[in-house]
Amino acid sequence: MARDLLDHKLLFVTGKGGVGKSTVAAALALLASQRGKRTLACEIDAKGNLSDFFESGPTDYEPREVQPNLYAMSMDTEASLQEYLRLQMRLPAIARIGPLARAFEFVATAAPGVREILTVGKPVWEVREGHYDLVVVDAVATGHIVSQLAAPQSINELVHVGLIRQQTGWLIDILGKKETTGLVIVTTPEEMPVNETIELAGRVEDETDVALKGIVVNRVLPELFGRGEEEVFEELRQPAAVGALDDSLGSPVEPVFEAARLAVTMRRTRAGHLDRLRTSIDSSIPLLYVPYLFMRAHGFRTTRQVAEALSAELSY
Amino acid sequence: MAPKRRKDDERATSLEHLLAAKEIAVVCGSGGVGKTTTAAAAAAMAAASLGGKVLVVTVDPARRLANALGLEGFGNKEKPVPPDAFKQAGVQPRGELWAAMLDTKESWDALIHMHAPDKETAKRILDNPLYQNVSGRFVQSHDYIAMERLYEIHTSGDYDLIVVDTPPTRNAIDFLEAPEHMADFFSSRFLRWLTAPARSRVINFASRPFYQVADRILGTQFLQDISEFFMNFQTMYDGFVERARAVDRLLHDRRTTFIVVSTLEHVPVREAEFFIEALDERKFHLGALVLNKVLPSYFRDEGATKVAERLCSDSPEVAHAAESLIANPDKAAPVLREVGESFLNFQVVAKREQEQRNELAKLPEVVATVPYFDSDIYDMGGLLDLGFQIWGRRD
Ligand SMILES: Nc1ncnc2c1ncn2[C@@H]1O[C@H](COP(=O)(O)OP(=O)(O)OP(=O)(O)O)[C@@H](O)[C@H]1O
Ligand SMILES: Nc1ncnc2c1ncn2[C@@H]1O[C@H](COP(=O)(O)OP(=O)(O)OP(=O)(O)O)[C@@H](O)[C@H]1O
Ligand SMILES: [Mg+2]
Ligand SMILES: [Mg+2]
Repeated sequence: MARDLLDHKLLFVTGKGGVGKSTVAAALALLASQRGKRTLACEIDAKGNLSDFFESGPTDYEPREVQPNLYAMSMDTEASLQEYLRLQMRLPAIARIGPLARAFEFVATAAPGVREILTVGKPVWEVREGHYDLVVVDAVATGHIVSQLAAPQSINELVHVGLIRQQTGWLIDILGKKETTGLVIVTTPEEMPVNETIELAGRVEDETDVALKGIVVNRVLPELFGRGEEEVFEELRQPAAVGALDDSLGSPVEPVFEAARLAVTMRRTRAGHLDRLRTSIDSSIPLLYVPYLFMRAHGFRTTRQVAEALSAELSY
Repeated sequence: MAPKRRKDDERATSLEHLLAAKEIAVVCGSGGVGKTTTAAAAAAMAAASLGGKVLVVTVDPARRLANALGLEGFGNKEKPVPPDAFKQAGVQPRGELWAAMLDTKESWDALIHMHAPDKETAKRILDNPLYQNVSGRFVQSHDYIAMERLYEIHTSGDYDLIVVDTPPTRNAIDFLEAPEHMADFFSSRFLRWLTAPARSRVINFASRPFYQVADRILGTQFLQDISEFFMNFQTMYDGFVERARAVDRLLHDRRTTFIVVSTLEHVPVREAEFFIEALDERKFHLGALVLNKVLPSYFRDEGATKVAERLCSDSPEVAHAAESLIANPDKAAPVLREVGESFLNFQVVAKREQEQRNELAKLPEVVATVPYFDSDIYDMGGLLDLGFQIWGRRD
């Protein structure tokens, strides 16, 4: 149920590049923190810019409180490897991580899941330790999320002994627990993002244990006209009416009408993609709509507005 | 035979001039900005108006676009775009348009077959469970394979112009560096250690604490699997490195140009800037910048703005003028107000786009702006519409 989205302990937010993953992840985290949950926003995308959405200065591996109740951190595989070795493998801190990191890079290049287990492992570990009520992960884009979420299984298949193998059990446990962990896909009502969303929903179901818990449709254009108004608009676009309006305005109305026509057709094309999304996704998965924000600049204000929109969507 | 192309050094002032003088155009940019669409549109225009045999190599086209290009199935093979596609768009092309899809897996397999010393080694590599992963995610393998495939097609000499679409990368310069990374990977110390004869490895092993750690974490068996795999891979070292260098030379060749695509949103623009800088530093030829999905310029028109503002503030009065001309006069005022508000909403975005445009510091000779189209682009007509926008002399 949509209502329960924030009652999970761990949410992964993914979607096609540029659709608004970071915005939505930041907004969900903000919303949870406003509702009194101690929340961690964790960015695991190397090129991330999650901190822009809180306008609170750069984030690093060490979580930092950016709003009351809201902590933010960004992934750093090397730091994660250090921590992992220390906490999970009980190896002493290695003074010179350099050579090990390079060897690790090399192995990770070839072996599925080795790198992913570090990036996914960190937020899951935070959940296991109960440090936060909710961890929201600004995850990688649709192309890579499956291999990330399925990393513990891949490791299990390839590595039969060794410490890493022993570590996959609790990861698989937490990731697969439906009340604990959920995936949120962000999309826009456009062709390619919708295609990728439908395809990803299928792959997540088939190839991972993580449950899809919601789809956020971001940047939904407003419906310009109410009932019967479009016919009126068409009438007003007739030459005689345009002439009369031009006279009354003292300036051509045509570009403004053209703009309205563009808005209407853009919305209509998108409605088609939305229909396709609705019919292709299991009807038990809630779709949450976030309007297109016509704003001058993007930053924490956007995050707050998107949080408000999501809050409204979550509360009925 | 194809008509003779201009090979002179005259500066290109339009995409038409640029593509007439080049043999390879690499289309790149941030995710979702329209790389695939632009590549297909540029190739279609080149085939239609420059003539010759033009190939577009696409990555992950939208299904309907793939259909429009006659690329229903998957696979690497180049196919002619049915001439009917042009006919339906009312265009008689001077040349031929061909299209191919990039299939990473298939290209990798072909590469293994090419570089492996013998059939058995090839088979051992292809069958290794690690290979699946390597061919899928190996050091920017997607990027590398795109460039590799380009090299192969170019060497075949079958085409007058090849337009290459690039995969969505996290980092646009990844694929410029892919050939280099590939060469580096094969020269890595760790690889040499892994593939060293077993006995000397044992000695090394004992003396290197981090391998002990690796062994404790991953287990000896897994390390052995890896080393066996790379042992086979090693046999292809020379072939790979040599090839990677040749690919790099081709990308630097004066017959190759880069077309950067961006929207005027903040993140793509920053990425485009970064990429333009990177091309420059690495001495690649930057041919054109395509600014795509830009809101029409009338959104910034002063007269139109005044009209929109009046529609918002006194729509009843304005509506009065037209009321006698329409069937449903009492609805005219709210409709006009909504039209005005919508205009001003989009104007906020249009102004922000203009600011982004003005901030672009370093620009190539050719800058083309493509408006936001009403609907998706999925047939030859749509591609040519977009193509006309980028083709001519402008800015
Ligand atoms: N509802 C909205 N209305 C208008 N603009 C939006 C909306 N949501 C997000 N944006 C803007 O779109 C841009 C891209 O958003 P964001 O960075 O969140 O996407 P992303 O999916 O995380 O991108 P990336 O793949 O680069 O990580 C930002 O400038 C953001 O402010
Ligand atoms: N000028 C335009 N107006 C409207 N829609 C456009 C325009 N250019 C491209 N599109 C649409 O935008 C979507 C994305 O375009 P395209 O697939 O070419 O982007 P891309 O950069 O190749 O994306 P990716 O990074 O995922 O490969 C497509 O649905 C396409 O139809
Ligand atoms: Mg992001
Ligand atoms: Mg593409």
